[in-house]
Amino acid sequence: MLDAIMKIFGKESKSSKDIARDRLRLVLVHDRANISPQLMEVLKDDMIKVISNYMEINERDMEVSFTNDNSSVALVANIPIERMKHSAEFKR
Amino acid sequence: MSEIIVVTSGKGGVGKTTTTANLGVGFAARGKKVVLIDTDTGLRNLDLLLGLENRIMYDLIDVTEGRVPYKKALVRHKRHESLYLLPTSQTKDKSAVNSQQMNSLCNELIKDFDYVIIDCPAGIEQGFQTAISAADTAVVVTIPEISAVRDADKIIGELGRAEKDNIKLIVNRIRPDMVKKGDMLTMDDIDEILSIDCIGQIPDDELVVTSTNRGEPVITNPVSSAGKAYKNIVGRLCGENIPFMEIVPEGFFAKVKKIFKM
Repeated sequence: MLDAIMKIFGKESKSSKDIARDRLRLVLVHDRANISPQLMEVLKDDMIKVISNYMEINERDMEVSFTNDNSSVALVANIPIERMKHSAEFKR
Repeated sequence: MSEIIVVTSGKGGVGKTTTTANLGVGFAARGKKVVLIDTDTGLRNLDLLLGLENRIMYDLIDVTEGRVPYKKALVRHKRHESLYLLPTSQTKDKSAVNSQQMNSLCNELIKDFDYVIIDCPAGIEQGFQTAISAADTAVVVTIPEISAVRDADKIIGELGRAEKDNIKLIVNRIRPDMVKKGDMLTMDDIDEILSIDCIGQIPDDELVVTSTNRGEPVITNPVSSAGKAYKNIVGRLCGENIPFMEIVPEGFFAKVKKIFKM
């Protein structure tokens, strides 16, 4: 009700510019997340390198992908672990 | 040093051709030798904006298909004698020129001119790929509307894929009154979203329409705020450090001046 009255007087709680900016930011995350398979492979290799410092993983069954829902984009990695390393084995 | 600049946007109707014409006149007014290439084959308009539509004999396709040497197809501007137009065909379509032909033409032109400025067609299809192929610098034009900014982002991605790293942004048609009310994206907002080096913001100015009607780019109009913004952009492209003009609503006196055409 108050919102409607405010609208009549042209005083919305959020300026239309801010709405435009927020919508743009989100849509560009979606747009840009459409990256090439080659880049995805490079990302995967980099992840393997880092994770292998701490645990042995099954590289063949590893999956990395983007998931979308209406309000956000996430990078989802499914990485089967074969063996945890002892803390003495950690490479720093 | 010579430079090949492509003016592009993704979305149509944001002012690519207007920007190309104004940059051309701006560089020529500084004594540079400039050639403008219209690559919007089938929808040619750069000739109209420069007032050269009655002087066209040959076009880009005649040159790329080897029927005439490029010098024969160039149209010299009436007032700015170091400015030339290479118009495109109105009857062929955008696939009539390929990247290879564009590259070899630009390699020829760069020997004779200080600036080669390419007006790119809207879209991201072959016409766009051809237009950007030879460029050293890409000027991306957008307006403060979400659809145009999104398309600009897409174009920036495509330019990156084509390994064009020198990308500059122009935000066109800013309405100071709406910016003041918080109802329009500002140059800073767009700059932040796209993270591209911004070289100019151009206020929405009726004089752009009237000067286009006359076939005289607005940069030659000393009272126009858009004309002044274009002059600043030309300076920045020449490497000068020019502060951005303030985008403020027109004051009472400026309005009166415009009414009396002072």
